[in-house]
Amino acid sequence: MGRFIGALRRIIWVLLCAVVLSACSDRASFHAQEITGAEFGRDFALPDTEGQVRRLADFRGEVVALYFGFIQCPDVCPTALARAVEVKRLLGAQGERFRVVFITVDPERDRPGVVRAYLDAFDPTFVGLIPPDAATLEATAKAFRVFYRKVPTGASYTMDHTATTFVYDPKGKLRLAVPHAMGATQFAEDVARLLAEAP
Amino acid sequence: MTRFVVRRNLLAWLVVGAVAGVTATAHAQAPVTITDPWVRATVPGQKATGAFLQITAHEAVTLVGGKTPVAPVVEIHEMKMVGDRMQMRALPNGLAIGAGQTVALEPGGYHVMLIDLPKAVEVGQKVPLTLTFTTTNGERLDVDIEAEVRPLGRMGRPMSHGGLGHGPQR
Repeated sequence: MGRFIGALRRIIWVLLCAVVLSACSDRASFHAQEITGAEFGRDFALPDTEGQVRRLADFRGEVVALYFGFIQCPDVCPTALARAVEVKRLLGAQGERFRVVFITVDPERDRPGVVRAYLDAFDPTFVGLIPPDAATLEATAKAFRVFYRKVPTGASYTMDHTATTFVYDPKGKLRLAVPHAMGATQFAEDVARLLAEAP
Repeated sequence: MTRFVVRRNLLAWLVVGAVAGVTATAHAQAPVTITDPWVRATVPGQKATGAFLQITAHEAVTLVGGKTPVAPVVEIHEMKMVGDRMQMRALPNGLAIGAGQTVALEPGGYHVMLIDLPKAVEVGQKVPLTLTFTTTNGERLDVDIEAEVRPLGRMGRPMSHGGLGHGPQR
């Protein structure tokens, strides 16, 4: 009988622990893949559409969503940027601390003027960065472990590229990898959580 | 429902008619129905965009290409995610649609790619588009439609495939 009580106690104890742990992990888990402490994507230094070199430090205090893409793309890039617009809308007043940075993997065609016009169609506060030459693009992609490749199509070429969005906390630390398929609502919840973290 | 015009290749008609006596039949309805065609707006300097639509085939057809006054080059493309990478490819043999099937050309999948735009495609514009199909008996079929232009910043349909992609490896 005493043994039975002891076993019961142990079971209750285990269950309690499980509940507490799951509550903790619920609070600590993001919808996106958490990559806190990642050894890559530490920083960038690239000219924006106005020719000014921008770095991560320029956006301290903001959650930065960084995306590699190209604007001659009819599909994934506008979808990802439209999602970012939606995230910002869902964040309400907090949206002012959400910054979208777009790095083109096709600087040959994506010249500053067209990149600016393109981003303006989504949100004028979106920052477009244009690697000045192939070597800089290559080094930047390598620093972020991002894949890109030029693929000829019948008439011109297209770009295969990593469609993950990298998210930085307000201290400028890389925290999340957001897959292309993740919805705006979950994305916004993750951003809100980063914005709410103790400074 | 979009109004559109279907033109069958007359020569093919005559040849098939002579050989078979019965051809791909005088359709009471057009062999394909196109619904909800739209083109994503562009900004000046942007060289390409996509046209999206739904195609219902009443007989087996293959979408092999197209023509439009707004772009010199039209290709049928497929976008797909391979892990965390986006890939876009021209479909070398076109897009086959079985009899009775409906295929959606929509963001995240197939699209008609309009390439080398000489000027921007703007909201409010109607884009004339001729889609070319082939039928199982080798006929060519041209379908004329007009696609409305929708804003660049518009959300496509949310992507339906669940699960998280593979993020970068630590």
